Amino acid sequence: MSSIKIELRQQDIDKITEICDSFNNEPLELINVLHKTQEHFGYLPAEIQEVIASRLNVSTAQVYGVVTFYSFFTMTPKGKHPISICMGTACYVRGAEKVLDEFKKELSLQVGQTTADGKFSLSSLRCVGACGLAPVVLVGEKTYGRVAPDDVKAILKEYA
Amino acid sequence: MHLLVCGGTGCRASESSLILESLKRELEEKGLGSEVQVIMTGCFGFCEKGPVVKVMPDNTFYVQVKPEDAAVIVAEHVIKGRPVQRLLYVDPKSKEHVSDSKHMGFYRKQIRIALRNCGFINPENIDEYIARDGYEALAKCVSEYSGADVIDIIKKSGLRGRGGAGFPTGLKWEIASKNKADQKYVVCNADEGDPGAFMDRSVLEGDPHSVLEAMAICGYAIGASKGLIYIRAEYPLAIQRLKVALGQAREYGLLGNNILGSDFGFDIELRYGAGAFVCGEETALIHSMEGHRGEPTNKPPFPAESGFLGKPSNVNNVETYANIPVIITKGWEWFSSIGTEKSKGTKVFALAGKINNVGLIEVPMGTTLREIIFEIGGGIKNGKKFKAVQTGGPSGGCLTEKHLDTPIDFDNLVAVGSMMGSGGMIVMDEDDCMVSIAKFFLEFTVEESCGKCAPCRIGNKRLHELLTHITKGNGTMADLDRLKNMCNVIKDTSLCGLGQTSPNPVLSTMNNFMDEYLAHVTEKRCPAGQCRDLMKYSIILDKCVGCTACARGCPVNAITGERKGPHFIDQEKCIKCGACFEKCKFGAVLIN
Repeated sequence: MSSIKIELRQQDIDKITEICDSFNNEPLELINVLHKTQEHFGYLPAEIQEVIASRLNVSTAQVYGVVTFYSFFTMTPKGKHPISICMGTACYVRGAEKVLDEFKKELSLQVGQTTADGKFSLSSLRCVGACGLAPVVLVGEKTYGRVAPDDVKAILKEYA
Repeated sequence: MHLLVCGGTGCRASESSLILESLKRELEEKGLGSEVQVIMTGCFGFCEKGPVVKVMPDNTFYVQVKPEDAAVIVAEHVIKGRPVQRLLYVDPKSKEHVSDSKHMGFYRKQIRIALRNCGFINPENIDEYIARDGYEALAKCVSEYSGADVIDIIKKSGLRGRGGAGFPTGLKWEIASKNKADQKYVVCNADEGDPGAFMDRSVLEGDPHSVLEAMAICGYAIGASKGLIYIRAEYPLAIQRLKVALGQAREYGLLGNNILGSDFGFDIELRYGAGAFVCGEETALIHSMEGHRGEPTNKPPFPAESGFLGKPSNVNNVETYANIPVIITKGWEWFSSIGTEKSKGTKVFALAGKINNVGLIEVPMGTTLREIIFEIGGGIKNGKKFKAVQTGGPSGGCLTEKHLDTPIDFDNLVAVGSMMGSGGMIVMDEDDCMVSIAKFFLEFTVEESCGKCAPCRIGNKRLHELLTHITKGNGTMADLDRLKNMCNVIKDTSLCGLGQTSPNPVLSTMNNFMDEYLAHVTEKRCPAGQCRDLMKYSIILDKCVGCTACARGCPVNAITGERKGPHFIDQEKCIKCGACFEKCKFGAVLIN
């Protein structure tokens, strides 16, 4: 399933159990359980999915199917400063692709990857609804508007 | 006096919350903290000029406000009653400062029904919603009308679903009401996935109670006691405001048992999406709410017969619901007097792209594209030439110059090869390559196809490959035929709305911009100069002064030449990165 092998500590298992219990271990609530779990752990590796599957009494395949279906869920940890470039249509026609290319070049990273030091991860997303500021880049919670390829170095420097 | 600060996503991204704090602090220091209220509202719509601050009751509209402007707004406007000239909107044509938003070109042609409260009220205060006739419609329904009466009013109003296909809302409610079951559900589709459309988010952020009220009315009409809002997890602000609104509505007895003293009971729960465009399709949405992969199923059975947990469910989107309370309070006659023969009322559009006034607008059905783009939108950015407008998102099509005077409604847009969709409207200028735009949308569809049926899963991928082939200069005339045939097969054989409409961006660009496709295929040329692989860089010898800047900037050493002598680009080595073009200060690098 995933290339990253992790070992869950007892306290991690307890946390997952607690989350599942708070939704009465109801299979209908699987997506909500996954949201809460990802909020806590930052990502959803196979080992966590197995615990959830057994608590909700569904197959691991079903949990894996749901995790991989929705783009919000991730099986690899994000960087300390996750960078998302909006690739909605409004941002695209105002040059978002060139901005994305610049980030790829500067960080030597592809979309969906995290830098070796765990500092930055790169992703593209579809429309944050701030089309007046297109093209838009998000670093963590902070929004940068009207970003030009030349601004990329300065943005990264803020997090150096 | 009230100071309204825009709290929509765009303005918040430009730190409008700091403006709110500075205004409060300034007022506090001047001893006016209790007299002048500062309120964070929902989106004003004029995102291009955000952050926006509005002073009521004189309706003064300040644009591009910075936190440090708070002092002058308080000192000049609040205390001395003099509007701050430099913060007013300047009309691009007359160059005059416009103070009252009603006189701004952007607002003049708009009629706000779904967005009636956005930018007027504090969305986190139910009293402000009630002060603008909020929950009056619900009260009227439970005390004066039967469920059948309510459905009759909605049917007569002519309201059609604002989510895309335009199915008559009253009819949908009627079907759900006629199906007997021990439990029915009212579902609100707030999974706005169309890139470039953000009206549903603005309604939820700016006026959440209007949706809650409408869902309760729907519950009363069809005989449901439970409501579910399926909302994107990517909309944290909208989720937070919905939670606040739900709490307040329950506290006031407007949700829960025995609403307003009647024996009607209704309550609403939130369900979160997790980023899948296909979940905007109603059967897929229902599966997602049940905790499964969001894959669509065949219709019939329609959700009105067998929806959430197999019970009759009515699914409408946010904007549709936002229209309901006003139809009840002002009457169906009023609503149906607005719009065209078959499309009544107004439509909210998210105007974006290469246009001067990016923002959220609401216009009567039947308004032309020309009015929207050139009057409300203020024309094309940087004085460029209008080329196309894309409506309907990944399911829609590109319209051109010749469609500018078509009155926009559900049926007219379909007739010219596009669709209403959720109301995204992206304007493009002469620099946009239409083949690349089609490819861009296909990239989206390939990523978002759920994979259940072969035509959509495999077909769209093949379409994308063909388009890539063409933009790289490897396309043939046979490829164009293949493209068209495949589009038609995907349209005819896909299971759900996503696949049935995904070839639209390709077909509409082929219909309207065939010359561009031909240029890519036969001349290996991209007329808009966007397709990198078709570009050829060369140096105009007369203009080259031999400064060597281009040669030093070239990452693959493709440029040779002596200092102070002419330079040359080796086409074999050139990777078309454009570095030489950017480095040259003398305009000597030519892109062909």
